[in-house]
Amino acid sequence: MTEKYKKQETRDELLSEIGDYDGLKEKIIRMYRNNRLAAFSAALIILMILLAVFAPYIAPYKEAHQDLLMRLQPPSRAHLFGTDELGRDVFSRILYGARVSLVIGIFPSMISLLIGIFFGLIAGYFGGWIDYVIMRVADVMLSFPSLLLAMALMYTLGRYANSVLCIFGALSLVGWASVSRVVRSVTLSLKETEYVDAARSIGVGRPKIMLRHILPNCIPSLIVLYTLNVPSCILSESTLSFLGIGVQPPAASWGLMVNQSKQYLFTMPWLALAPCLTIMIVVLAFNFLGDGLRDALDPYLKKG
Amino acid sequence: MDSPNILEIKDLHTSFFTDSGVVKAVNGVSLNVPRGKITGLVGESGCGKSMTAKSVMGLVRNPGRIESGSILLDGKELVGLPEKELRKLCGDEVSMIFQEPMTSLNPVIRVGRQVEEALRIHGGISSHAEARKMVVEMFQKVGIPEPEERYSAYPHELSGGLRQRVMIAMAMIRNPKLLIADEPTTALDVTVEAQILRLMKQLCEEQGMSVLIITHNMGVVAEICDEVYVMYAGRIVEKASVFSLFDNTAHPYTQGLLASIPGLYDNPEYLHTISGVVPNLKRLPSGCAFHPRCEKAFGRCSEEQPGLYPVEEGHLCSCFLSERQ
Repeated sequence: MTEKYKKQETRDELLSEIGDYDGLKEKIIRMYRNNRLAAFSAALIILMILLAVFAPYIAPYKEAHQDLLMRLQPPSRAHLFGTDELGRDVFSRILYGARVSLVIGIFPSMISLLIGIFFGLIAGYFGGWIDYVIMRVADVMLSFPSLLLAMALMYTLGRYANSVLCIFGALSLVGWASVSRVVRSVTLSLKETEYVDAARSIGVGRPKIMLRHILPNCIPSLIVLYTLNVPSCILSESTLSFLGIGVQPPAASWGLMVNQSKQYLFTMPWLALAPCLTIMIVVLAFNFLGDGLRDALDPYLKKG
Repeated sequence: MDSPNILEIKDLHTSFFTDSGVVKAVNGVSLNVPRGKITGLVGESGCGKSMTAKSVMGLVRNPGRIESGSILLDGKELVGLPEKELRKLCGDEVSMIFQEPMTSLNPVIRVGRQVEEALRIHGGISSHAEARKMVVEMFQKVGIPEPEERYSAYPHELSGGLRQRVMIAMAMIRNPKLLIADEPTTALDVTVEAQILRLMKQLCEEQGMSVLIITHNMGVVAEICDEVYVMYAGRIVEKASVFSLFDNTAHPYTQGLLASIPGLYDNPEYLHTISGVVPNLKRLPSGCAFHPRCEKAFGRCSEEQPGLYPVEEGHLCSCFLSERQ
């Protein structure tokens, strides 16, 4: 029995040693095991995305379907979260609103990620005045109130472009600055490493060094940054829509729904509560996922 | 094939312009690497050995730059060559092995892929299968066991010795004319060191490649070098064939270095050391840079910079004592 026990132990020891060298996939799997909250958040986000994608099939009513005889109904079996002042089903509208919110959460973050990577790599790798100019522009972007910028864009361009596109532009324009800072700092430290020297010494050119040798080493920080960027974009969209300059009715958006239901806040609180809670849950899920990923991917935070 | 030397460095000055002053890392170095020979460059830490190598490869970074001098690689001037042209030569005609096998491979790229890069850049080989075959062959040549499997290993899955072999494979896959090895065995243990040195010597003989090996280890010099340059504080202080250097050591610094190696049969109370420390390269001593530490220094040493004086055929020494002889 002791022998068997010993065997088991050495195998576990070996496994734990190997564990130090896990790749990205193993790290994420381990995060799933160790950090249930993050894993649950990931599942929730995937569910939310599926709900949004298949909203027309899942939602019991169309997003703009009005039933004026059934105005301001409390939650019931027919209307899970009740109905609003035009008799529209709140549950269905939340599902349709998820499309706007998730698209605005996911894509502008991605665009700003790409812009940020581009400028961050160039600033970090070339240094000198190029670095100086890019980083000062980034500073200006960071010090600029993003909501104001979005509003300005909306008022000036709202006539010509779709409001969702305007939010896209505004959020991408602001978000790249923090990404480029992170990428730049990683690039600065990585370009001094011997493996970059080694790559140069076999004749690898600049673009290839940046894309093949430096960028892959930034990916863990970028994943974390991205998951933390998504909820802030969702919040920005909600805020803009709440203020009336985001998504325009009759389209559904969580912020817009909160805005329209604010006059019934004390008489029919579920109208505001449902979209508010949805925003909160999704934002929290993204934040927890980001935290979990950071713990899993950052070697310095690893527990001994 | 006009010149007998594959690499000719003439009066190279590489300096770092820092906020607190100019650091003259390489201060007028001239050296030649003959074709098909192994040339050693020896010196203490911080004497400018690595910077000499990096100057050749164009790896000197801001705030450092090559101030003057010329580097001829097979008759081609490298100083002042645009980055793009230089990268074309690097890895093809000249390549370098680095000191730290632990950090000189990219942790996120499979080692086979990293070695392949040189082929794709210079060889114009676009087919993956063909490149892979060549890499596996090269792995075999440098003594990597199970080369097929190692091709897709990540650097962290290999030991230090294996990683250094991968580095050698990476440097040699394009069969360069000149290989610069910057302390290739410093980070390895002694048995692996012997294997790696033997491998380099063997590959050098098989492929007719010239090697410039940078080291602080006199044992390595004795083992594989044909000619040796001794460097101190950014200057060459002695140049000799390996036999001449050990039999007829001329410069007091080299004498000190050799005396500092503990012998197997003497049982000294104290280890021999050269007193003092390497001078700060921002404030070099006047005259001969070695005079504050030299046991044989006299008045003239602190006033004048000694030239290189012949000791015997092919043996030069930068010391006034050698001038008198």
